[in-house]
Amino acid sequence: MSVLRADRLSKSFRRGGLWGAGISHKAVDSVTFALKEGETLAIVGESGSGKSTTARMVMRLLEADEGSVHLLGEEITSATGKELRMLRKDIQMVFQDPFASLNPRMKIVETVGEGLRVHHPEMNRQQRRKKVAETLAHCGIGEEALDRYPHQFSGGQRQRVGIARALIVEPKVLVLDEPVSALDVSVQAQILNLLKRIQQERNLSYLFISHDLSVVRHVADRVAVMFAGSVVEQGAVEAVFETPRHPYTKMLLAARPIAHPNQRQGDNGNGDLDRESVADSGCAFRLRCPFVQDDCTGFEVSIQSDESEHTFACLHPLDKS
Amino acid sequence: MDAQSSAANTGVVRSLELRELSLSVPISGEHVEAVSKVSLMLKPGRVLGLVGESGCGKSLTAQAMLRLGEHQGVLREGGDILLDGESLFSMDQESLRHMRGGYVSMIFQEPMTALNPVFSIGSQIMEVIRIHLDMNRDETTARAVKLLHDVGMQDAEAVLKQYPDALSGGMRQRVLIAMAMAADPAYIIADEPTTALDVSVQKRIIQLLRDLQRERNLGMLLVTHDFGLVAELADDVAVMYAGQIVESGSVEQIFNNPTHPYSRALMGCRPEVSEPGGSLPVIAGQVPPPGSWPSGCHFAKRCPLADSVCLEPVPVDAWSGEGGHQARCIHVEEKLPELEPAL
Repeated sequence: MSVLRADRLSKSFRRGGLWGAGISHKAVDSVTFALKEGETLAIVGESGSGKSTTARMVMRLLEADEGSVHLLGEEITSATGKELRMLRKDIQMVFQDPFASLNPRMKIVETVGEGLRVHHPEMNRQQRRKKVAETLAHCGIGEEALDRYPHQFSGGQRQRVGIARALIVEPKVLVLDEPVSALDVSVQAQILNLLKRIQQERNLSYLFISHDLSVVRHVADRVAVMFAGSVVEQGAVEAVFETPRHPYTKMLLAARPIAHPNQRQGDNGNGDLDRESVADSGCAFRLRCPFVQDDCTGFEVSIQSDESEHTFACLHPLDKS
Repeated sequence: MDAQSSAANTGVVRSLELRELSLSVPISGEHVEAVSKVSLMLKPGRVLGLVGESGCGKSLTAQAMLRLGEHQGVLREGGDILLDGESLFSMDQESLRHMRGGYVSMIFQEPMTALNPVFSIGSQIMEVIRIHLDMNRDETTARAVKLLHDVGMQDAEAVLKQYPDALSGGMRQRVLIAMAMAADPAYIIADEPTTALDVSVQKRIIQLLRDLQRERNLGMLLVTHDFGLVAELADDVAVMYAGQIVESGSVEQIFNNPTHPYSRALMGCRPEVSEPGGSLPVIAGQVPPPGSWPSGCHFAKRCPLADSVCLEPVPVDAWSGEGGHQARCIHVEEKLPELEPAL
């Protein structure tokens, strides 16, 4: 059973013009996915693809225009007030910049313990402090940190604090928005290992938002690739990385940083890379697609699928070879 | 230095060298050493990758090559920077102004903030041309158009009239690269030139930098934390840790046979070289900030091979391999113990 399900989520923003008089622009267009218990689903895409907007709608930090989100079988899109607060116990978020997401004037013990005040009002100060200390220890932060302030910590330590804050109410789902993007590679490895261990111990499900394909390949069980507000391909991470069916996925994979100088190549001949434009009718990728054909102009997004739950929104998918 | 000529015009091949340069930065009222006896040699036609984690002093080192950062309180504690044998510290302001851009240019990380939003792209490029080259109005415009063409902008005339706001991140980075090329410098200092860009845009900027560098036989210092970028562009590599160069060699030597325990660990913890789903090898702890460096090897406290000898001052080039491959470590012959996957 899926612990988290998004059905046809959409969101438009007005862009340009004074006082919102500009044209409406669809930031997220009919995004559908399901997160199973204990798995990591990565949403990958470039800036402007709508991946963070999707995450914010799932968290109800942003209201969707259309579509619904189910958490543990319950519709959360229309929940309000106390109901919404209770649901938030089961889904927590970890942000990219742990410093921006921690109140600089609150001690670590207060920041991390905040969720307990809401969800466990029966706990007294001493009990909260004990629980915070335990959770921090679990994330590799010692007790001496309790009475310090965020600025006294390095980026990696702050991200550990951010994870502890999310974990303290014992959620079922973590939404991780670029959780290691601001970190150096050695610290990134520490945090990825920590997330992995916590997931295994607590059977957590992760919705992992990232632009970094190497990180996604490492952590994800399944991956959804977003382009211009839509999921263009979705499937098991091996399938999508080894046999991408959508030309955009293939282009993105080809643009990955190389691991060794012997992988250097000249122009990879992979489409008109020098354009950044998005088509506003038909397939959004058609202006950049090396395999574009006449019928792509009229293409309305419809998802195709092969036998293995590997789906793609393309009229002329790449061969599986 | 001849104010009106640029490096390419004179045809002189110049060397650019850091010799045992030490720099200090002000930290809560005191000057603390942040770059320690760093020696680097840039050569025409070669790309030197300076790689390390944040806080290691790479950007300070890069900015010093243009004598930037001094107004922010960065002080030279020792050593020298030599352009064709002439010390940058003996140049007057006028010579320095022509050195910057005319012989050595810089490309910064943030294409969003490095351009002035209230001036058109054209006026910003033409200003750089006017500072360095003796050209009339028409020649200046023609040069600006050519520069934009050279960095892959199809519709250069139109771009000249635009403001930074109208351009994407990748386009802005192209404009900045065009500006850096304005006076045909011999050397480019590129500080994380692709870090702020999307992956597909990164690849294009990498290709552009590679093409320009080869066509013009540029010498380049490529400052980055990203081994992928080093693998793409560098001929030579210097690995920096806590203010020091800990290993240097050709890009093949560094990737095939990383020797310093820090280089080995740093390359090993990349997700792209690890088994998907497994634990990543980690380096415990973090880079010590300036002022908190240990007295011996700066990496000793995080190093799985460290012993008591490592806490004593280490000779600068403790290990020299073949073909200029060097590492600042006395334990290079030993195997790294299996790094326990920590938290």
